[in-house]
Amino acid sequence: MLKLFKKSKDKIPKSEIITEPKEPKTPPVSKCGKPLQLDNCRWERRLHKELMSLIKEPPPGVTVDTESVQQNLSEWKINIKGFEGTLYEGEDFQLLFKFNNKYPFDSPEVTFIGSNIPVHPHVYSNGHICLSILTEDWSPALSVQSVCLSIASMLSSCREKKRPPDNTLYVKTCNKNPKKTKWWYHDDSV
Amino acid sequence: MDSDNDNDFCDNVDSGNVSSGDDGDDDFGMEVDLPSSAERQLDADDYQYKVLTTDEIVQHQREIIDDVNLVLKLPTPIMRILLNQFKWDREKLLEKYFDGNIEEFFKDAHVINPFNKAPEAIRQKTTRSQCEECEICFSLLPPDSMTGLECAHRFCLSCWREYLTTKIVAEGLGQTISCAAHGCDILVDDVTVTKLVQDARVRVKYQQLITNSFVECNQLLRWCPSVDCTYAVKVPYAESRRVLCKCGHVFCFACGENWHDPVRCRWLKKWIKKCDDDSETSNWIAANTKECPKCSVTIEKDGGCNHMVCKNQNCKYEFCWVCLSTWEPHGSSWYNCNRYDEDEAKSARDAQEKLRSSLARYLHYYNRYMNHMQSMKFENKLYASVKQKMEEMQQHNMSWIEVQFLKKAVDILCRCRQTLMYTYVFAYYLKKNNQSMIFEDNQKDLESATETLSEYLERDITSENLADIKQKVQDKYRYCEKRCSVLLKHVHEGYDTDWWDYTE
Repeated sequence: MLKLFKKSKDKIPKSEIITEPKEPKTPPVSKCGKPLQLDNCRWERRLHKELMSLIKEPPPGVTVDTESVQQNLSEWKINIKGFEGTLYEGEDFQLLFKFNNKYPFDSPEVTFIGSNIPVHPHVYSNGHICLSILTEDWSPALSVQSVCLSIASMLSSCREKKRPPDNTLYVKTCNKNPKKTKWWYHDDSV
Repeated sequence: MDSDNDNDFCDNVDSGNVSSGDDGDDDFGMEVDLPSSAERQLDADDYQYKVLTTDEIVQHQREIIDDVNLVLKLPTPIMRILLNQFKWDREKLLEKYFDGNIEEFFKDAHVINPFNKAPEAIRQKTTRSQCEECEICFSLLPPDSMTGLECAHRFCLSCWREYLTTKIVAEGLGQTISCAAHGCDILVDDVTVTKLVQDARVRVKYQQLITNSFVECNQLLRWCPSVDCTYAVKVPYAESRRVLCKCGHVFCFACGENWHDPVRCRWLKKWIKKCDDDSETSNWIAANTKECPKCSVTIEKDGGCNHMVCKNQNCKYEFCWVCLSTWEPHGSSWYNCNRYDEDEAKSARDAQEKLRSSLARYLHYYNRYMNHMQSMKFENKLYASVKQKMEEMQQHNMSWIEVQFLKKAVDILCRCRQTLMYTYVFAYYLKKNNQSMIFEDNQKDLESATETLSEYLERDITSENLADIKQKVQDKYRYCEKRCSVLLKHVHEGYDTDWWDYTE
């Protein structure tokens, strides 16, 4: 089961006020001279490569909505099919991936969108998904493909179609961005 | 830190474990101002603490690492991770190391066992000539652009750099950054971080983060809570003690609040919470208002008439303020209100009565507490005016040394006020018994003496009565000082012999 917690107000850590050597306020620059956080070509290159491999060798049941990607590389729509022999057999779902320019060091924002949001104990009716690899356990070595597979397996292992117990409250009070929710993961069984 | 203290300090490395007990008689080379004789009387036994700069804290960390490594002889970066996992408690670390399963020891600390020299195989892998693909940026790169921890998950140098920078800058992680591979919990050591991250600002931030976590998890260290102060205080054993930072701030080591003798940290914390949250507001509402029996809107009675008409336009219920039932049967003959003694109304009134008296009790202590706090805030003004008076007096044939009594008097006044302020917190939670009555007498005595002293200092000194007033002020502050220490001693004796009963 899961609960949501209000993120505590960020208290300035003591370390912030430790005297630091005065340095000119230029943006941090990487070795090759490009600004560190805005290394756009690397970010785009990785997304392109991921996209190519998803289009060429998609995992079963997963298809990229290429039209959406062509319009905007930082927002992908991905269709996934409910696997045969599971509670979601025959159903089609759509995921929205949003990437910021820190991807893959920052996790993508992933939600279910469209008319059919799967009824699942970890999926809220507004499309938010409680899955640890989308926040805390994200690693830059994960990819769109591995996230899709995780979500597909989360759906497949479901035994009973129901919403999370706190669905009503959460949907009413949550932030639009699921990454702003402090998720409280403690059910690994589904 | 001067060189003498340096040596003292290096010889006396301790891990932050209370039970270590080996540092009682060591000289810590205390660098803070020595407490005045009066303060020394207050805390009779010596409590030798030391104020550390951030550089000294970093140095202290290294000393602990080296010290444990005299026994374990592990690589320094690994030792740092291990100590951090054990909250810098040397004894606990050593105990666990020698007691349990060594494989598990390293696994729990998220470190690859340095004795398993399997890495040979990995090293060999790195010597191969063909390109490797970085799993993060998907680039094919020569092996010398790739690196990884002992867990053998390899990524390219620039991905590592960005990964670490994100963790440090955006997420504020220090010693707890793990390998970038999914599901790998092996921690990145500080040497690797400094090697991979070139940006000086990120490095500084990282250093701050690990220093901060070192101080915060070490029981014998506490940051000075004063705003913008970067010193930390290091004590021989952790307990509620008065410590003076180099920045001049005086605080309680155990809780970080202003020094609050005689009240204990636990009660002070409760008190501050009580004053901060609005529980007292709701108590006031409960004591001074009632709810409309029909629509439950809150009503404060602001006139004498007991015939209430609810102002809620949708309700307009007419009822009796005293018995809260409908007004109709009361008619015009309110004084015959036969509902007055009805059980239900009675118990409601009793509850309200209780709330009223507990609110009055709280306000009694709160007002006195706030009053002393307020008076203390004027201390700066008083110091200034006293300084001026001291200068005046020096023009009246008095020497510099002869006028110092005035400053001393203000010092004592402030200390007495601070003590008095906290006696009200102590008293609020105290149950009445014989000893508490003695305490209250002491409190009364100190308070009236303090007020007289305050009056002398603020008003009574003129150039005519200088010689006279000096004697009076000196007598009074000596008396205050004495009463203050008597009061504190009595409370402490009570702590030691369990005199005090508490209301909660």
